[in-house]
Amino acid sequence: MSPELEILAIAVVTAVAAALPGTYLVLRRTAMVSDAISHAILPGIVVAFFLTQNLNSPVLLVAAAATGVFTVVLIEALIRSRLVPEDASIGIVFPAMFSIGVILISRHASNVHLDTDAVLLGELAYAPFQRLTVGAVDLGPTALWSMGTILLVNAVLIILAWKELKLATVDASLAALLGFQPLVVHYGLMTMVSVTAVGAFDAVGSILVVALMIAPPATAYLLAERLGPMMGLAVAVAAAAATMGWAAAMALDVSIAGSIATACGAVFAVSFLLAPRRGLVAQARRRSGQRLDFAVRMLLVHLLHHEGTPEATEECREDGLHSHLGWRESWTKRVVGKAKQRALVEESGELVLPTDTGRHLGNDAVIGFSD
Amino acid sequence: MDFLGDYTLRIVALGSGVLGAAAGALGCFAYLRRQSLVGDALSHAALPGIALVFLLTGSKAPLPIMIGAALAGWIATLAVRLVVRRSRVPYDSALGMALAVFFGFGLVLLTLIQKRPDAAQAGLESFLFGQAASLLREDVVVMSALGAACLVVLALLWKEFKLLSFDTEFGESLGRPMRRLDGLFTLLLVVAVVIGLRTVGVVLMSAMVVAPAAAARQVTDRLAPMVIIAAAIGVFSGVTGAVLSSVIPHLPTGPTIVLVLSTVVVISLVFAPKRGLLWRWIRLGRLQPAAALDPVLMHLYALSLQHPEEPDHGHGLAVLRTMSPTGADLERVIGDLEARGLVSAVGEGLWAPTPIGRREAERNLDREGEVGS
Repeated sequence: MSPELEILAIAVVTAVAAALPGTYLVLRRTAMVSDAISHAILPGIVVAFFLTQNLNSPVLLVAAAATGVFTVVLIEALIRSRLVPEDASIGIVFPAMFSIGVILISRHASNVHLDTDAVLLGELAYAPFQRLTVGAVDLGPTALWSMGTILLVNAVLIILAWKELKLATVDASLAALLGFQPLVVHYGLMTMVSVTAVGAFDAVGSILVVALMIAPPATAYLLAERLGPMMGLAVAVAAAAATMGWAAAMALDVSIAGSIATACGAVFAVSFLLAPRRGLVAQARRRSGQRLDFAVRMLLVHLLHHEGTPEATEECREDGLHSHLGWRESWTKRVVGKAKQRALVEESGELVLPTDTGRHLGNDAVIGFSD
Repeated sequence: MDFLGDYTLRIVALGSGVLGAAAGALGCFAYLRRQSLVGDALSHAALPGIALVFLLTGSKAPLPIMIGAALAGWIATLAVRLVVRRSRVPYDSALGMALAVFFGFGLVLLTLIQKRPDAAQAGLESFLFGQAASLLREDVVVMSALGAACLVVLALLWKEFKLLSFDTEFGESLGRPMRRLDGLFTLLLVVAVVIGLRTVGVVLMSAMVVAPAAAARQVTDRLAPMVIIAAAIGVFSGVTGAVLSSVIPHLPTGPTIVLVLSTVVVISLVFAPKRGLLWRWIRLGRLQPAAALDPVLMHLYALSLQHPEEPDHGHGLAVLRTMSPTGADLERVIGDLEARGLVSAVGEGLWAPTPIGRREAERNLDREGEVGS
């Protein structure tokens, strides 16, 4: 595999691995925890690095993931003390942890390969240089193996605990009532988020982890109505955004992580605009459709009111309707056209008269109002 | 050591102090409105603005860069508001997404800049993690002017912002333009965040907004003192952090300021009078034994009332156990009660309240009557 394709593979695997726990974060309204964890693992990484002197050691992964879970415990202890609200607890804990990490690095590690830029920004372009070799056989980039393992573990855990995760996410009290231990599920999920963030930080940086955990599931949330399809869509969106971002970065020779994050945002923006039922365009069309429908009913009420009365020749003339209803002429034309198209009114000389169906609908409208 | 004689230190300390005051004061409102993480999102989202201004003008002058940063942050908050209002994506997801996507885009722009032959971009990276030591006089002048402007607006619209933080609906019913005030408040917060980017950097800015407010909130229940205390904590942490990092080698300013702030928060959480953890622990410690003893004493008293003729009619632990929650350690409680002279053994495993115990129980009843009335 060429280095470019290896980068793509790492990006896609990381994106999918992040989208899996991310789906639950978005649904549980704890998305910002991913931001907190991805920053707060820094001191764990640093200390483990001091001990092992190896950025790819599994000890590092375990220590950093434990730091992530510890961060969550700390945040929740603050919330439970009821002295500080939830968002402020997050905003206090993770900068403190991150600061400890930065200070440790600049005091003790200024001459080794471990700097804050790398943690925060990541550099996917260098990922293929770290190879996993057994004997003399080159098995591919280390990052691909580590993220692949994390993806597999995430997928297996989610499949095994599908019911528990779902119930604890949509109805934590019911889950507790049925003896499902939502707290265990919660910390399990947080461990999953931590491990994924740690695994990804080296390759893609902590900011991209946040983008990958939140944006694809949020996009899927606009498109799907059920958990299963939502997760499937989130995975597809994550893979697509990673591919698009990778392609753009290759073409423009810019930061791959940044480009993928931008692609995530672009995909979300497109579905925010164009999602079939929840998109802005669909909302606008639905609203204008409702407006037209309401106007047609008003037209019918007006026609029914004057039907068979002497002033009908004046009130129901097609060219005079707009002044009687107080509408703009063009709008009136559209409304009458719509009513004709739905066979609710018909022309009779210069007059517009309701058909039988139109009469029904108009009566319904009036009765509806008198309720 | 001659702290105040050192020109660089004076500049850095002044800049950090100004930042602390503005972020601390404005942070209180963000804190009370449950928008503590907006500062975090704003500071990350500022990156593309900084990069774009540099790409377009090629200059690193503080004012244009700050304006670019503020514009980008502002656009990000508008995007968050739009997404939350017009879709079912929750607030925190929208915020996190804006943060990461804007930052990622900024990163793309930064790498574009780095490719330019005239790459004088060295100073730009300092926005990421802050580099207080690189602050110049002109930076601090701009920072101070902006910070002062923020505080003046805050003072002038004090009542309105108070309303915005505590009861937006009431403000709307009074005909106040609450949506526009909300926008103005976000603008002020944007300015405060932008002031801080050069000093503490993108990642740590959220602490400058949240932590002083959280510490001040523990000490007071009123807004004006809270804002003043938060601003004071902000100044103190900013200056202390700047001094510490210049005295101790290899101590970066931004993280040091944040750790000083975090220490203040911890102290406040533990020692704050009335609200603090220590206070709560002492009060609970005083209440808990009484709370456990009282029900058993009251049960014994209630049982003894059924035998008004024989004050020494005793009752066994089995009876008390049916009246108590499962798992209650009745042997220990009854022992404590006996040690305090409130009950006495009147036979084999039978207990009755002593006269003192009766009086205590009656006093309890009186007290409950007062609470109930």
